[in-house]
Amino acid sequence: MSTMLPSLYAAARPSLTEYITHHITFLTNERPVGIIDFSVVNFDSVFFSIALAVLFAGMFFTAARRATTGVPGKFQGFIELILGFVDSQVKDTFQGTSRLIAPLALTIFCWVFLFNFMDLLPVDLLPDVARSIGLGHLKDVPSTDLNIVFGLSLTVFALIIFYSIRMKGLGGFIAEFTLHPFASKNLLLQALLVPVNLLLESVMFFARPISLALRLYGNLYAGEMVFVLIALLTLKSGYHALASAGGWAMIVLQFVLGLAWTGFDLVIGLLQAFIFMMLTVVYLSQAYEHH
Amino acid sequence: MNINLTLIIQMIVFALLVWFTMSRIWPPLMRAVEERQRKIAQGLAAADRGEQELQQARQGAEAILREARERAGQIIEQAQHRANDIVGQARVSASQEGQRLVASAQQQIDLQASRARESLRRDVGEIAIAAASKLLEREIDARAHQELISKLAAQI
Repeated sequence: MSTMLPSLYAAARPSLTEYITHHITFLTNERPVGIIDFSVVNFDSVFFSIALAVLFAGMFFTAARRATTGVPGKFQGFIELILGFVDSQVKDTFQGTSRLIAPLALTIFCWVFLFNFMDLLPVDLLPDVARSIGLGHLKDVPSTDLNIVFGLSLTVFALIIFYSIRMKGLGGFIAEFTLHPFASKNLLLQALLVPVNLLLESVMFFARPISLALRLYGNLYAGEMVFVLIALLTLKSGYHALASAGGWAMIVLQFVLGLAWTGFDLVIGLLQAFIFMMLTVVYLSQAYEHH
Repeated sequence: MNINLTLIIQMIVFALLVWFTMSRIWPPLMRAVEERQRKIAQGLAAADRGEQELQQARQGAEAILREARERAGQIIEQAQHRANDIVGQARVSASQEGQRLVASAQQQIDLQASRARESLRRDVGEIAIAAASKLLEREIDARAHQELISKLAAQI
């Protein structure tokens, strides 16, 4: 969310803490208790996640339905540009044949980019709209929700396990954890090495979904936070900023910083979507590989 | 910030979205792209072929032109030869005809001359005899003096 609009609350100005807390609180059915609570739903994240899924699927499905083998229109050209980009990236990385991986990569790239793109909307625009219809909180960037990013990475993780076992068998999958990277011809020595291997490989294996999710989350959360901090510049004064030179300086500073960070955050969003896609493809191609 | 039901919902939405992309979006789009690539490849190949055919046709036309030019040259050469031959023949026959005419004229002239000589000879003989008979007042036997008169006439 960029800070093109100064935060203008009609009523009493919120304190800095209130403002920031407001921006990191989800719209939930009930107040969450503890770290894990499956009775809670983040309505805002679910809503934007599904809305952006529908946007992505709608655009691409329209293009797919109208796809012509003749001269493509501008819309089809745009869609095919993305398609060709993802396809070439997948083909460079993944050598086997799979009906799943390329569409999966396309989905991740586009969907995550749309998540990240929400960050570029003015930071208070949608929360203020939500407030006007009586919703107290609204976080409109799904990739700043741990549930959303882990929802993606754990699904990818499940696919990694599924394809590893399918391609290598359960024995091969276990062997990868126990006979690698340290191996010995001596059976006794090998028996001693198995726990070491298991520890090393498990850490590496389980680090994958966590790093995948947290990389995206951290980048976007930080980007969102910077927008919130830029918005703080005129938070205290509000409309009164228009009355003084110092206030105007703050408005200009907020505008310039917001504009600069919007451009930067766009690049971050695109890059993180690309990284998420590429790592997914890399992990899955490793799952397909035989050792 | 906590982990909640949103995680499960997100996983389900993700799975559905991937399934939708895999079944309804990727295949038709990819088919269209590959079909177009095939078409373009065919078009390029056809253009190449056309280019080649044009080249061949041009070469063929050039060969035909060259042949025609050669034939024309040959024909002209033959015609010149023929004309030279005809002129040569005409010259030869004309000179032969001229020689023949000259020869026959010469013959005629010779004949006339010898005839005139003969008659002159005869006249001279008669005149000589008449003159002699007048001189001698006697008749000369023409037959006896024939040999003498002939000799005389031959001397004329």
